[in-house]
Amino acid sequence: MIPVSWIFALSVLVFATGALGVLIRKNAIVMFLCIELMLNGANIFFVGVSKMRGAAEGHIFVLFMMAIAAAEAAIGMAIITAFYRRKGGVEVDRADLMKW
Amino acid sequence: MLKLILAVILIPLAGAMINGLFCWKTKRKAHLIAVPAIAIPAVISLVLFWKVAHGQRFDGTFYWWISVGNFRIPIGFLLDELSAVMIVTVTFVATWIHIYSIGYMDHETDRGYAKYFCYLNFFVFFMLTLVLANNYLLMFVGWEGVGLCSYLLIGYWYEKASAANAGMKAFITNRVGDFGFMIALFLLYKHLGSLIYHDVFASAHELTLPLATLITLLLFMGATGKSAQIPLYVWLPDAMEGPTPVSSLIHAATMVTAGVYMVARSHVLYNLAPFSMEVVASIGAATAMFAASMALVNNDLKRVLAYSTVSQLGYMFVGVGVGAYAAGVFHLFTHAFFKGLMFLCAGSVMHALHGELDMQKMGGLYNKMKITAITFIIGALAISGVPPLAGFWSKDSILHHAFVSGHKIIWFVGTVTAAMTAFYMFRLIFLTFFGEPRDKHIYEIAHENPPVMTIPLMVLAFFSATVGLLALLPGGGFEGFLNRLFEAAHHGAEHAAHGGHEAGGAAVLILISVLVAFMGIGLAYAMYMKHTPDPKKLTERFRPIYTLLYNRYYVDELYFALFINPTVGISRHVLWKIVDVLIIDGIVNGVARLCSLVGNLIRKIHTGFIPDYAWAILVGIIIVCGLKIIF
Repeated sequence: MIPVSWIFALSVLVFATGALGVLIRKNAIVMFLCIELMLNGANIFFVGVSKMRGAAEGHIFVLFMMAIAAAEAAIGMAIITAFYRRKGGVEVDRADLMKW
Repeated sequence: MLKLILAVILIPLAGAMINGLFCWKTKRKAHLIAVPAIAIPAVISLVLFWKVAHGQRFDGTFYWWISVGNFRIPIGFLLDELSAVMIVTVTFVATWIHIYSIGYMDHETDRGYAKYFCYLNFFVFFMLTLVLANNYLLMFVGWEGVGLCSYLLIGYWYEKASAANAGMKAFITNRVGDFGFMIALFLLYKHLGSLIYHDVFASAHELTLPLATLITLLLFMGATGKSAQIPLYVWLPDAMEGPTPVSSLIHAATMVTAGVYMVARSHVLYNLAPFSMEVVASIGAATAMFAASMALVNNDLKRVLAYSTVSQLGYMFVGVGVGAYAAGVFHLFTHAFFKGLMFLCAGSVMHALHGELDMQKMGGLYNKMKITAITFIIGALAISGVPPLAGFWSKDSILHHAFVSGHKIIWFVGTVTAAMTAFYMFRLIFLTFFGEPRDKHIYEIAHENPPVMTIPLMVLAFFSATVGLLALLPGGGFEGFLNRLFEAAHHGAEHAAHGGHEAGGAAVLILISVLVAFMGIGLAYAMYMKHTPDPKKLTERFRPIYTLLYNRYYVDELYFALFINPTVGISRHVLWKIVDVLIIDGIVNGVARLCSLVGNLIRKIHTGFIPDYAWAILVGIIIVCGLKIIF
């Protein structure tokens, strides 16, 4: 039996990796992948808590979140594709319209 | 009775609304709505008058208009002898002037025609509100409303700069007077706690003498504006820029008498303040003479009549000022007929001559316009005080009361003014209707007007000749009727003075005033028909006086120098260039500049680089969570 604290540790590790990736990478697709990592870190946390409390709500939420993540992935990829066509690359520093 | 009163007031309003909202539909048929909208109230007014004559009165509330704590103002109406006389005068004269307008305004555009009748009905509505109100505030609503209609109608030909300016002049001059009126109302409310006539008059004796004097003087200040007395009379001559029936209705017969009505209505207050009464009588007498002197040399048909109106209003104030309220209101009543008539005649001449008003270019028009000429002469005889026409009875009554109440100087001024009145009126008649035509072209185009214009002239001429006879009715005649109201408050102080003098003294006074009237007429005849003495030579001889009179004592110039130019100068150089441009604009622009300065500094944090924002979010979350954990 895996202790719950391990599950939490894994969740934090995955989430932190994702957050770090979002913060330090410039490639929009990589950043996007990292966001998915963050989401999954949160999912693992849900599962861990659900397991700890012996209740099913966490599992159900995880299923919802995966569905939403899938939808978000489709939209995110569409935006990145459009961005690529317009700017000729996927580096986020190409988006500088909001710059002062 | 309330229903009848409401009908009298609201029917003209309905007429104004129909013509005002649907002028694109009514167009040239506007008079079909406007004339009945006045004629029906005129009939109802007669019914109401008949009821009042039989001893009925009405004082009641229709509904509460303002009710805030102790401050309660009703839309309420008071029908007594005074307001009954006023509504009959207003609606009756207005009816004939409306009919006359059908002919006079027929050259106007479709919309202008409907607009004109809309304003005219609207005016009557406000005038009736003014005279029927049972409290000072509602009266003030009517008071301002007639001022508004006066402004709109003076500026009826608003494309013309002089007309638009005259409208503004009238409005602004009235503001000065209304300022005093409003202060008086505030004082009344502060010290008596009500503005309803009934309550005010019942508790008026609680006012101290200085306070009563102050209030009545401030009320009179309002009256000097509305009724064109010294020093605020300057707007009335300029008001002649409006269409002539307007001058007739508003600036001769009805609106300008509102001040007299107001003083008569407030007689309870005035009786408490002898000094104010003296002021009213003195200003009235001074105005009567001053205005008459300016009419002596003026060559503009309508302006002579305008000065004459100012002068006659002065008489009315003499009447109310010496405590003869009934006489003052009687003169108001007769004056409405003959001055209204004379303005309509002047309009008839003007209409026939395509707008020409210079008497020096007229002459001999009697041959072309017999009805106009004869009705005008009847009006002039009435105003000059030739018995038994209307003006004789009322003017004589005022002079009589002035004399017996001990105001000998005022009586003398009034009598001299009567001679001047007769003179300038007949100067006007001889120059306009008799003698050789001085301008062939103008004489050629002259023609009598259609019956729609001449019938009102004849009707008003008939009444100008006969209404004075009401003074002979049993029970003290017209004035006796009004005195049922005034004497109740005025415990016959004056009655005592009456008794002794009467009979012999009165006859002499009447004889004197009739004599001076004939002297004035005779002098005018000698000068302008016989040319002995020749007016031209007299002009040369008394050049400085003539110039002074012809330029109206330079009062307009004086007001310009004293009030208007400094105001304009301060507005332009101080208020505009300094206060507005430097201070107000400076504050507004300064705030805007400060914002943009701060914005310029802060906007640097917007790098546009997405990871930076992500960092900001992360740091923010850590700080918030950290605070949450620590505390």
